[in-house]
Amino acid sequence: MRVDSYRWLPPSLKTYFADMTLSPYDGVPWTPLARPLGEMTVALVTTAGINVRDVEPPFDYARERREPLWGDPSFRTLPRDVRQGQIQAGHLHVNNDDLERDVNVAFPVHRMLELEAAGGIGRLAAWNYSFMGYQPDTAEWSRRYGPDVAGRMTADGVEAVVLTPV
Amino acid sequence: MNALARVFEAAGLSTVVISMMPVFGERLGAPRTLGVEFPFGHPLGLPGDFALQTRVLEAALGLLARAAPPGPVVEHFAEPWPGDFDVWKKAWHPREPSPVIRWMREQATLRRP
Repeated sequence: MRVDSYRWLPPSLKTYFADMTLSPYDGVPWTPLARPLGEMTVALVTTAGINVRDVEPPFDYARERREPLWGDPSFRTLPRDVRQGQIQAGHLHVNNDDLERDVNVAFPVHRMLELEAAGGIGRLAAWNYSFMGYQPDTAEWSRRYGPDVAGRMTADGVEAVVLTPV
Repeated sequence: MNALARVFEAAGLSTVVISMMPVFGERLGAPRTLGVEFPFGHPLGLPGDFALQTRVLEAALGLLARAAPPGPVVEHFAEPWPGDFDVWKKAWHPREPSPVIRWMREQATLRRP
């Protein structure tokens, strides 16, 4: 099947996204896989806007409510042994009920640990990351927070990343 | 998310995005995208459906292992959403409209003569 990217949107948003003008990109970066997946450390990065309760603060949703054209560009860290009960969700653009029931719908940490145990990947990274996906301007991601997380992952021995937007 | 994939890839990491809107992987130049025709908030599928979550993840990792440049490379996950379309086209939305949707509605009201 070929996925219809607009299937779940109401007609007004469908038109908005389909007609959106995007700046042309300059080439597509490409890093070949360094070794077989069964020997690699893989990290998860989601834009579900989640954090570990009482360890790091939630994203700044209060400011987004005051400034609807701004989205918090920072990130939160999620350890590989994070438990469901520690997950705090607050993304203002999706319903978070299922994420609060089973974080794996958008951050498949427990499925990755199973794949690690089965040898499908070498190892799930010690640290994984959440951003918040509502970003009218991705400049801060590209200039500051993206390179920061890339550096942290590289320092942790990560060689591949599975990204899960919501 | 596509912007982050590009930053990570340029920094020497191999990336794959599991996306409900794979057309934007193409339009924004993400290296590898697995499209899933799932409602927003659910790139891996339904809560508690561990088998489906694993199949999506394995498809993404398979793409990571197989894809050859040049990007953007886009593949489509073969399985349809297991839930009811009419229920889920509403169920993925937040309980109250997001701030920007509220703002857009206010702007539209102001423009009305």
